[in-house]
Amino acid sequence: MNTLRATTFLIAATFAAPLAAQQSGGRLDIVVQPEPPGLMMGLVQNGPTQLVAGDIYESLLRYNSDLEPQPSLAESWEISDDGLTYTFHLHDGVKWHDGEPFTADDVVFSADVFLRETHARLRASLAYVESITAPDDTTVVFQLKEPFGPFINAFEAGTMPIVPKHIYEGTDYATNEMNATPIGTGPFKFDEWVKGSYIHLVKNEDYYLEGKPYLDEVFYRVIPDAAARAVAFETGEVDVLPGGSVENWDVPRLTAMEGVCSTGAGWEFFAPLSWMWMNNREGPTSDVRFRQAVMYAMDRNFVKDVVWNGFGKVATGPVASSTNFYSDDVTQYDYNPDKAKELLAEMGYGGEAVRILPLPYGETWQRWAEAVRQNLSEVGINAEIDSTDVAGWNEKTSQWDYDLAFTYLYQYGDPALGVSRNYVASQISKGSPWNNVEGYENPELDEKWAAAAGMVNAEDRAAAYAEIQKEIVDDVPVAWLQELEFPTIYRCNVKDLVTTAIGVNDGPRDAWVEE
Amino acid sequence: MSIVTVILSRAFKAFVTLLAIAVLNFCLLHAAPGDPAVVLAGEAGAADEQMIEQLRERFGLDQPFYVQLGKYVGSVLTLDLGYSFRQGAPVAQLIAERLPATLLLTLTAFVISLVLGIAFGVAASARVGKASDSLLTTLALLFYATPLYWAALMAVLVFSVWLGWLPGFGYETVGAGYTGLARAFDIAKHLVLPALTLGLFFMAVYMRMTRASMLEVSQLDFVKTAKAKGLSGPAIRRRHILRNAILPVVTLAGLQAGQLVGGAVLTETVFAWPGIGRLMFESLAARDYNTILGVFLVSAAMVILFNIVTDIVYRLVDPRIGAKA
Repeated sequence: MNTLRATTFLIAATFAAPLAAQQSGGRLDIVVQPEPPGLMMGLVQNGPTQLVAGDIYESLLRYNSDLEPQPSLAESWEISDDGLTYTFHLHDGVKWHDGEPFTADDVVFSADVFLRETHARLRASLAYVESITAPDDTTVVFQLKEPFGPFINAFEAGTMPIVPKHIYEGTDYATNEMNATPIGTGPFKFDEWVKGSYIHLVKNEDYYLEGKPYLDEVFYRVIPDAAARAVAFETGEVDVLPGGSVENWDVPRLTAMEGVCSTGAGWEFFAPLSWMWMNNREGPTSDVRFRQAVMYAMDRNFVKDVVWNGFGKVATGPVASSTNFYSDDVTQYDYNPDKAKELLAEMGYGGEAVRILPLPYGETWQRWAEAVRQNLSEVGINAEIDSTDVAGWNEKTSQWDYDLAFTYLYQYGDPALGVSRNYVASQISKGSPWNNVEGYENPELDEKWAAAAGMVNAEDRAAAYAEIQKEIVDDVPVAWLQELEFPTIYRCNVKDLVTTAIGVNDGPRDAWVEE
Repeated sequence: MSIVTVILSRAFKAFVTLLAIAVLNFCLLHAAPGDPAVVLAGEAGAADEQMIEQLRERFGLDQPFYVQLGKYVGSVLTLDLGYSFRQGAPVAQLIAERLPATLLLTLTAFVISLVLGIAFGVAASARVGKASDSLLTTLALLFYATPLYWAALMAVLVFSVWLGWLPGFGYETVGAGYTGLARAFDIAKHLVLPALTLGLFFMAVYMRMTRASMLEVSQLDFVKTAKAKGLSGPAIRRRHILRNAILPVVTLAGLQAGQLVGGAVLTETVFAWPGIGRLMFESLAARDYNTILGVFLVSAAMVILFNIVTDIVYRLVDPRIGAKA
């Protein structure tokens, strides 16, 4: 009987799969937190903006969870053997949401004119570009000055959103009135934004992929309180909680509900890695033995299991294990308070106070700082917590006014895009919280970072980055903490929501709701 | 002094006060660490010097402090609240968008708290020392002492999550497409929990104050005279005691009314109510100077306006005040 039932189930399961064809229709309610400052993705590139505007704007490529490029506005592409010429063939018959035709000129305008002026992160990659040209309406050629390994990763929607030339050419981008009603090529059109409540997107009926999108509409809901967001999901008001929108301790309760699924996927491109900047310039943190002592003093597994409810992975070094070119052949800093005490005694640490600056992003981060403070106290480090709000945190870190400062950064799929910027001397510059804030200087490694970025062959790059990781982990310029995992929580009848390396950000294109 | 002269002199003082408040706000805000350019750059996840400089220039932060202050005062004098670069819209428009929701919430809470507070206060004072008085007083003490934030969360938990009677947050059902009466009813349903949460605290305050004041006045000689005349208990309480006991309540109501436009940050946050309080709080976190200054200025103007209104109400309630002054 049992066997029979199992067999029946197996057969049913086998046959059910092809039956589950995508169904059109329905709506999704997705939490967006905090409310985005604007939706014009060429101007604003923060997380909430991309979550919403990632359905409105597109780039040339998308990336699967192994970070392999997939077609988006570009149907196909070639890279020349010398790694200098990138040729993209665009989809035919793509239209902007206002009905104007989309052409290669829009791509040239976006990358070469608009984003050069507005997009700091892309500007760094564009420094390698000699020219961007459109030989015909559906072909775009990027000609590089010198090879740049990660260049193929620059065609993600948040990195290079394609904006309409016919609307922005010759205008003041920041004050263009059309920013309030964004026009893109994406699967959903902007309909309405009721500030403080919701943003409403509707299906783009003229979308160039046959049959897509499946959903009729998407509502992005603004709910400022974390507990209220959890309640909104519990009561069925919203269908999707993107990663990080509820506190960690609410996650087990919500995922235990019937018909609720969750996934840690969809963050491979960003691969957020957290660490504490340690001020390499002055104070006890300028001594490498002190920095190593901090690494040994911290019980990072405890934090992962308790503060993060088991989500994430203890970091071994500067590169996240989910991205390309990660190497685990490095010194491992296990929890070892005795070794920490030895190192402190050896350097003659005299009990100077060190200030810990937590990241003001909610309860989890506050507790994390408290856990670290306690760990440091246990080995005799005189640590105190110096709390502030987001603007204060930006100010203190970018003005180097801290001893230990929590942070996390996206890796953007490649060490040359998201990792090296935190360790090379050319990135030491007051005023930005996203560069070499700790003030680490190692000219020998600087050369290796630069060489690795310019290699064409992936195997050569892997070897070069493995060498860099091995060396830098001994220097401990920063205290690496954890590869963060932000589970996406959703109703199980929402299908194909997370299919790419940026997850919900471009998920609604393929998502559908099973009746 | 006639009411007109009073209003004119108060209006002039109000103008000077408002200007002083504007200057003070501006200085305080600029003394806080962090500026909007760095916050915006920080959110972008990457920044270079060019970006920060561009933003500073656009926000006018590259100019000396006194030039910025002068420009601000100038625009305040011309009733121009400025432009929010962060949100890409004029501040006056941002405030106007949020004002209806805030007024609906705070006015409802105001009316509930005032009406119920006075009613319960009168009722309790009439039954002083009895069980029903103790019950009302204890309840009032409980509402008074409960942190708003906690009360709000508990209300959501009980009435929204467990019982499912009322929506737990939001201004209306999103995407339902209600119009007319159906929409009004829908908004009213969403209004119940936040308005009650916000109103309970003030209701407790009004009730305690009305009760104490009623008891005090009821000891006075003219009440004895009224009793001697043979007036009934309720008539004495309404016409003689309450009329005399209400002044402190009016004072307090004036204070609460002044805060109507400032919104209720906590209540609006917990119930995801799209009001001014949240606009202010979020703008503060982003150091969106123009928006915060705009909200502050409008709120300050309201406080001053309601102070004047309170003064006028005093005169209507108690004609002796005008005579003395």
